[in-house]
Amino acid sequence: MNDMTPTREQREAALEGMGCKRKRVEDIRFTQGKGNYVDDVKLPGMLHGDFVRSPHPHARVQKIDDSEALKVPGVLAVITAETLKTVNLAWMPTLAGDVQMVLADGKVLFQNQEVAFVVATDRYAADDGINKVIVEYEPLPPLVDPFKSMDKDAPVLREDLVGKMSGAHGPRKHDNHIFEWTVGDKELTDAAFNKAEVTIKEMISYHRTHPSPLETCQCVCSFDKIKGELTIYGTFQAPHVIRTVVALIAKLPEQKIHVIAPDIGGGFGNKVGAYPGYICAAVASIVTGKPVKWVEDRIENLTATSFARDYHMTTEIAATKDGKVTGLRVHVLADHGAFDACADPSKWPAGFFNIVTGSYDFPTAHLAVDGVYTNKAPGGVAYRCSFRVTEAAYCIERGMDILAQKLKMDPAELRLKNFIKPEQFPYHSALGWEYDSGDYHTAMRKMMETTGYAALRKEQEEKRAAFKRGETREIMGLGVSFFTEIVGAGPSKNCDILGIAMFDSCEIRMHPTGAGIARMGTKSQGQGHETTWAQIIATEIGIPADNIMVEEGNTDTAPYGLGTYGSRSTPVAGAAIAMAARKIKAKAQMIAAYKLEVHEDDLEFDIDGFRVKGLPEKFMSMKDICWAAYNSVPPGMEPGLEAVSYYDPPNMTYPFGAYLCVMDIDVDTGVYKVRRFYALDDCGTRINPMIIEGQVHGGLTEAFAIAMGQEIRYDDVGNVVTGSFMDFFMPTAVETPHWETDFTVTPSPHHPIGAKGVGESPNVGGVPAFSNAVNDAFSFLGSTHIQMPHDFWRNWKAAKELGAVA
Amino acid sequence: MTKTHVTMKVNGAEVEGLVEPRTLLVHFIRENLQMTGTHIGCETTHCGACTVDIDGMSVKSCTMFAVQAQGSDITTVEGMANADGTLSALQEGFRMMHGLQCGFCTPGMIMRAHRLLQENPSPSEQEIRMGISGNICRCTGYQNIVKAIQYASAKINGVEFREAAE
Repeated sequence: MNDMTPTREQREAALEGMGCKRKRVEDIRFTQGKGNYVDDVKLPGMLHGDFVRSPHPHARVQKIDDSEALKVPGVLAVITAETLKTVNLAWMPTLAGDVQMVLADGKVLFQNQEVAFVVATDRYAADDGINKVIVEYEPLPPLVDPFKSMDKDAPVLREDLVGKMSGAHGPRKHDNHIFEWTVGDKELTDAAFNKAEVTIKEMISYHRTHPSPLETCQCVCSFDKIKGELTIYGTFQAPHVIRTVVALIAKLPEQKIHVIAPDIGGGFGNKVGAYPGYICAAVASIVTGKPVKWVEDRIENLTATSFARDYHMTTEIAATKDGKVTGLRVHVLADHGAFDACADPSKWPAGFFNIVTGSYDFPTAHLAVDGVYTNKAPGGVAYRCSFRVTEAAYCIERGMDILAQKLKMDPAELRLKNFIKPEQFPYHSALGWEYDSGDYHTAMRKMMETTGYAALRKEQEEKRAAFKRGETREIMGLGVSFFTEIVGAGPSKNCDILGIAMFDSCEIRMHPTGAGIARMGTKSQGQGHETTWAQIIATEIGIPADNIMVEEGNTDTAPYGLGTYGSRSTPVAGAAIAMAARKIKAKAQMIAAYKLEVHEDDLEFDIDGFRVKGLPEKFMSMKDICWAAYNSVPPGMEPGLEAVSYYDPPNMTYPFGAYLCVMDIDVDTGVYKVRRFYALDDCGTRINPMIIEGQVHGGLTEAFAIAMGQEIRYDDVGNVVTGSFMDFFMPTAVETPHWETDFTVTPSPHHPIGAKGVGESPNVGGVPAFSNAVNDAFSFLGSTHIQMPHDFWRNWKAAKELGAVA
Repeated sequence: MTKTHVTMKVNGAEVEGLVEPRTLLVHFIRENLQMTGTHIGCETTHCGACTVDIDGMSVKSCTMFAVQAQGSDITTVEGMANADGTLSALQEGFRMMHGLQCGFCTPGMIMRAHRLLQENPSPSEQEIRMGISGNICRCTGYQNIVKAIQYASAKINGVEFREAAE
């Protein structure tokens, strides 16, 4: 070898494979304004559609008069439920097994509900038309408080369901009841509570909020009458699912539906579901014969297109007096709004909320969830979380802090005492999950050491004493959170959407010159898949990541996949990539053996090619193998080098983490300051540490927003009072704290590359850390639990109620 | 509705068009000029995705009529790359420091950061945070955007960029 031969390190570095902080491929276009988002799509003759919406939360629609609207210059059509009935689309199925009005059919059930769709030559004319549609309403009493949904005299919201005492998830107890979902052993759990030395009980609410990506939901639908083909460009986190839904409800042949999700400006769960705007734009295109664009504005997005959380969790923990947990009992009242449009796997009406035992070894647990209707927007999407996992993590992490307070134990010590031990994995939880791996004690202790936890507690003690002496008006809180997520939905044995198993897919096609394309069933909304997927392939087959193009979002070219949400892309599609790459590698090995004139077994893979064992100079690079695949394959072998993998995961993955929030609160103003926030994440094998860190920063910022103020709030008569970024807390660079990140690595034993997913962990673990910090700050004044969101006003109110403010 | 003829300079080129008096500048840029790098995120002047540079000021183009921009000199994100087509210091900073994820806020952020660095070539972290507080990002948590702007500041000033310790 001469001096010019690259070293092993240089060859590895040239690949930019797994573990490398590879700079993002996407950024070249995004930083130059050359992304291609849905609103950037312009088709010849394109029309614009926009909604007439209901000012009432609950009313009968008596009459819709569109005659004046149709006289407005540029207005071409006004679509109502009556129009949609002619194509049987006035209602649409939801992912949760319910049905939802596309346009108001006889009644409106929430404020800003879609009533009519005005189609015009441009967005201004459509708006003019909206102002001229006259709708006559007969207001009905609104039902806002979910705790009153099942009252005897509660107004019945869903007249279509009256008398149907069984829904998609079993029996219904009331006309406003959707489902009851129970898990666990009730008898055993009740027995644990009966003989418990210590118990706690608290109603812990996780308020209604909204994912609110910076790009709202939008689409362009174009129906080609001659070919009978429908093309939909849309903000879709799951394009293939949308194609299948359209095929099923519009009765179009699936091969004639082309769904394209171009660049997406953030999703956070908001872009998983199907919304009335998509249906109306498609129908409008069929009616007018022209492409129709629908772009919602921010107010519409916040008030009508989905919501997240709204879980009211009565939480009970049984324990021994020295702090060993013996039982968990949770009842959830879930406010679903007017239609059950939760985006959960079909058989899971409350998602994976049964991860609520968290990171702790509960010998028994019981969970019951009641879903109810109210006059609020439908949704229930997983806002940067796996299905209902944020709610579960908040429930147990608040519960553990409340238990610690009752036992006068340190919250971190209580957690350490109850963690599932490393040797217990794979661990079977009382509510039915098999946790694949974990090392909780190591992560927790690393957090405590790095942050100087003991010293912070001491400082807090001194500050409390100073507060009591009247020397300061500031209180200090330490918010400990230790979460276990359940992501990577999911195994076909328990996860499907509309009957389609939740596998994911990858197709890799290598070109003769040592380059290739990977097509995916997933869809990035900012996660950087074009960068990271290529890194997995680079490490697996030894072709530089720069030579691999990743393509997502076109249902004509991509293999079928269930899309990107619930931190499922790396656990499921990431595995599919590795498996497809390994098929490529296996064929490459046969070609190399033939070319090097040895038996396959005599070859070993060496970074970027195959080497004959014991003969280091006999080497064939993957680049040369790609070429050989197209001109001199072994006799009997098909030419070409491509592979496809559909990966059905054997289990979920269980990322975890230890977070600490240090917060100071001025009791006289309620103003808080996040002094420090430390986040340790264990997401198994780390593909691109730069992107992981970015995901953690973003997830923590969203957690900060939710815990400290971000709320979709309704007044007593059903008006949304947080309908724009003026009222809906959206932190800027000024409010957002500084983030400290850290990690441990516990690879998933069943995942081909050991990765677990990370995008949502910081939201799942972050919210309890903030809320626990606020609650910890106030606890010495006598409070047990203060409801989120903890904005300045609520903090001040808490201080006042606790007698700390005159 | 009667249309008005407007002329202005955008990214160095004279442009013109017919607009309704109510046409927002952002729609003129996106629809008439077909320059779609400038985005719309809220339509209520909160998010800053539509930020452009007008006569030396950062302006949210969803809150200005096209007719108000008559005769002005506008720079959008499409005009930010170096003359030779390479990424400018700011664009490079955003990429090197992972200052973007979905990319939707990025054009507005870059335009705001561009003006900020004209006004204050060596801003402190606090000055950067305050300086971009009219622009919302949902993905990054801002920390890496701050670093991106510090990177650009150092590069423009010809000094070595040092990342602050975590």
